Amino acid sequence: MVEPQTTDRSAKAALLPAPTEVDAPFWAGLHEGELRLQRCTACQFYQYPPETFCYECGSTALEWKVANGLGTVYSFITVHQRYHAAFVDDLPYNVSIVELDEGPRILSNVIGMPSESVTVGMRVQASPRPLTEEQSALYFERAEG
Amino acid sequence: MKGLQHRYCIVGVGNTAYGRNPGLSQLGHNVTAIRAALDDAGLTTADVDGVLTKTPTSTFPGLWSTRVAEALRIVPKVCATIDQAGASNIGLIQFAIGAIELGQAEVVVCSYGDNPATGSRSSYAAPKGDAALAGLFGAPSAYAMAARRHMAMYGTTHEQLGNVAVAHRYHASLNPNAQFQDPLTLEDYHNSRWLAEPFHLVDCCPVSDSGAAWIVTTEERAKALKQPPVYIEGLGQGHPAWDFHRRGDLTVSGARVSGEAAFRNSGLGPADMDFCQIYDCFTIVPLITLEDYGFVAKGEGGSFYEEKRTHLGGELPVNTSGGLLSETGMPGPHLIIEAVRQLRGAYAETERQVEGAEVGLVSQQGGIMTTHATMVLTNQPA
Repeated sequence: MVEPQTTDRSAKAALLPAPTEVDAPFWAGLHEGELRLQRCTACQFYQYPPETFCYECGSTALEWKVANGLGTVYSFITVHQRYHAAFVDDLPYNVSIVELDEGPRILSNVIGMPSESVTVGMRVQASPRPLTEEQSALYFERAEG
Repeated sequence: MKGLQHRYCIVGVGNTAYGRNPGLSQLGHNVTAIRAALDDAGLTTADVDGVLTKTPTSTFPGLWSTRVAEALRIVPKVCATIDQAGASNIGLIQFAIGAIELGQAEVVVCSYGDNPATGSRSSYAAPKGDAALAGLFGAPSAYAMAARRHMAMYGTTHEQLGNVAVAHRYHASLNPNAQFQDPLTLEDYHNSRWLAEPFHLVDCCPVSDSGAAWIVTTEERAKALKQPPVYIEGLGQGHPAWDFHRRGDLTVSGARVSGEAAFRNSGLGPADMDFCQIYDCFTIVPLITLEDYGFVAKGEGGSFYEEKRTHLGGELPVNTSGGLLSETGMPGPHLIIEAVRQLRGAYAETERQVEGAEVGLVSQQGGIMTTHATMVLTNQPA
């Protein structure tokens, strides 16, 4: 998708999960335009999705850090099939696995360019977009430079 | 690891029709397939003391095996339902052997039946969360991610993926029961519409109704039964487990660990296999599986198919029934049935028979290459 379609934002908004006590900082960060990740203060491991414990070492001493927002496309697809009404206006659209510089991989979309121009290994940067007054979703664009 | 040494056999197999099968419930698929397998073996429900199933994926009902037992009027000593997705088909056999080994049962029926084509698909309802928000719905999209990564890492081409679909369809054209029997050309492949690029529609298995059952017992008990026994010589498991997009390497499946275990267990290796029946829900999977088993080097699965080495009559026939891609999209149980029938010589005098087949391999996996199990079978007595 070149841009998450305006006409579709309410349909996409219906797919947003309600923030929980555990992941609220992630959603708040996105709405303020930044990507926040949990980091374990014991082993320094960055993780996504948020949890109450560290996936790597089990510690519960987690803190929130602002990620640099940069990552690399690990793999991607171009969806042509109408799977869901919320994406009809976007067809064909990109879905990518983005490996963040901090380590975690996230399922997202590379926007701002046709999916056929995306490549495995391409550098991308986080570009959250609001879907409602209160909540944004995470998208990526080709990184500059 | 202790070898199985010809101590356990598959003595009966049965299945219901493939494709759309309206009118047959999930229970009906299990019961009909199990009764067919019992007939095949020369056994009756009175002989059965173990009932093991995989839950029908389309609705995920609880305590499924107990319901199947009831519908057969069996009160089993051992009864369990296993969830390893497609790998369950072999996982059930492992559980059966464990139960027999412990003296808890002697004749164990294993079954997997479902009707997603004509029944409900409630458990496939659109998810919420990250995948949904990104517009990633369904298994084809997730497997297409693995395919794209494989293409980027190893130069695997659309043409090579197409060769998998074409090869398995060719085998299905020899199978009068297959869901898709019309030959498929590479041109047809390229003309097939995109679903989730790099996958065309024909890179994906169909949604199918069907049931399958297979009966496990001891070598002793097998001697008096109707069919020549097929010995279970090797079993292995390996579970990449993590969600596909977070896994270390999306181009590696559980076949590597599970295959090593099954080969070690059987004292055999890839070179000893006369055929493979490989879980082929999508065209990329047989390539990755053959690589991870060591039949070819990593990244060379595509050229292996391209050179037609997996065709009947070739050096390693793969999916001689047409597999999930063309025989039935049911998640894997029919591959066990096909392996058993090949080792019985059930297709003798026809093109479909792997001539002189003595040893065969069955690969089962599920999720998004999340689970894996391998089985080595032989018709050769100790």
